[in-house]
Amino acid sequence: MAEYMVFIWGDEQAWERADPATVEQTMAAHRDFIARHGAALRGGNRLYPSGVSTSIRHTPDGGVAISDGAFAETKEVIGGYYLIEAADLDEALRIAADVPAPSGGVELRPVLPTS
Amino acid sequence: MDPVVAAAVADAHRTEWGRVLAAAARLTGDLDAAEECAQDAYADALASWTSHGVPDRPAAWLTTVARRRAMDIIRRRDTLRGKLPLLAGHDDETGDGLVESGEHEAFPDDRLRLIFTCCHPTLASDARVALTLRLLCGLTTAEVASAFLTSEPTMAARLTRAKKKIAAARIPYRVPGPDELPDRLAAVLDVVHLVFTTGHTAPSGLALQRRDLAERALDLARMLRLLLPDEPAVAGLLGLILLTDARRHARTDPAGRLLRLAEQDRANWDQGEISEGLALARQALRRRPYTRYPLMAAIAATHATAPAPGAPDWAQILALYDQLSAIWPSPIVALNRAIAVGEAHGPTAGLTALDALAAEPQLAGYHYLPAARAEYLRRQGRHDEARLAYDEALLLAGNSTERQFLADRRAQLPRTSASS
Repeated sequence: MAEYMVFIWGDEQAWERADPATVEQTMAAHRDFIARHGAALRGGNRLYPSGVSTSIRHTPDGGVAISDGAFAETKEVIGGYYLIEAADLDEALRIAADVPAPSGGVELRPVLPTS
Repeated sequence: MDPVVAAAVADAHRTEWGRVLAAAARLTGDLDAAEECAQDAYADALASWTSHGVPDRPAAWLTTVARRRAMDIIRRRDTLRGKLPLLAGHDDETGDGLVESGEHEAFPDDRLRLIFTCCHPTLASDARVALTLRLLCGLTTAEVASAFLTSEPTMAARLTRAKKKIAAARIPYRVPGPDELPDRLAAVLDVVHLVFTTGHTAPSGLALQRRDLAERALDLARMLRLLLPDEPAVAGLLGLILLTDARRHARTDPAGRLLRLAEQDRANWDQGEISEGLALARQALRRRPYTRYPLMAAIAATHATAPAPGAPDWAQILALYDQLSAIWPSPIVALNRAIAVGEAHGPTAGLTALDALAAEPQLAGYHYLPAARAEYLRRQGRHDEARLAYDEALLLAGNSTERQFLADRRAQLPRTSASS
């Protein structure tokens, strides 16, 4: 078995403008996803909008440079994530394909095992 | 070196490399290690076959040696247990039941697993082709690089990256289940078809064909046919390749100039490949709904059975392209369909169909579009416009033989235009 991070990418402005019915629909889709794939889920959360992100870069002199905002300025940002466990990439793909992502898509990245 | 042995090893390298590597990969769960095992087995063969003679079943001999190497690697790995990501789906029960077997032992043929892993949809499509040529066909990195017109270091990096993704993301070493098989098989067939088309008409260079690639594609299609005998898509692809490849000796005149289908001497077509291809096309069309390759085989079969040279049943070909574009709406199919429209309904209809594709971005650099326009403009007597269209095609074509053909056609146009 291996762990995979499922990043949920989307247009957060579209999400902020969304009407309550759309929001409720998406939340219900996530509840359905969690109910269906609970056995494979190792974690997952919705994130605050990227506007409250802080980016920290290491500078050549050994210090850090702190800046407001996300790492890359793109229309689509990471809005949430699930951590899932799957036997292989085919199984992980089947689970990730069920993650609701109405304004974007998901990115599936294997977690490098520690120890 | 004994030339008989050298030839036997070279032959086994060409025909059995994928099988030997696939068997080792099942044990090692690591493609790099499996490549090492296969290389060692062929090196051993050269020495051992020189002293003891070529075995009756070279594939079984090579596989036995490669598996023995694989066991050595596994034992070494157990003592230095690293955290290497291993192929998902390989044999985890290392050691058990792997009694060193005689060379007549029948090993499971793992080439299907290997090709499905190499052609996994989560790999970039150029990486799928490169991995297939390297791991299934045993091409060196330099040979794969030359097939792609890229440098050896670039290709080496691309292969390393792809193998790393297979291991880290756990792309399984497995034949997909029945629900996934049609899509996954289509991805495999696309790789084999791309290798064939690259060999049949090289995108650039002096030679019209790259026989090495065309033959590898034929080998791969035959392998798939052997391992998946009931799949119409596989029968369709092999049929298509055979019907197209059958014309390989007839495509140019003795001076090396390209001949159109109508100009080819059909006595130079490979009749064995034609009849085998026709039988496969018929078999592929027995099951509905039709998929891409059975339909393409049917089109090739209609050309191959034309009652007179260059005069196939264009209405039937057009009907087949209509079906093909319905299930596979690609710009290349649309272009071929437009050409069939012109042949079935005349140059005016053909030009209308071609002009509808002018804004298609995927065809923007594709010389067959202006070349087809030039042909229909010529037939309409619009020679000045035809000349411009040949110029455009010449700017885009990279293959010398095709360029010569286009330049000749252009030079044959009358000097003054007959159009108003």
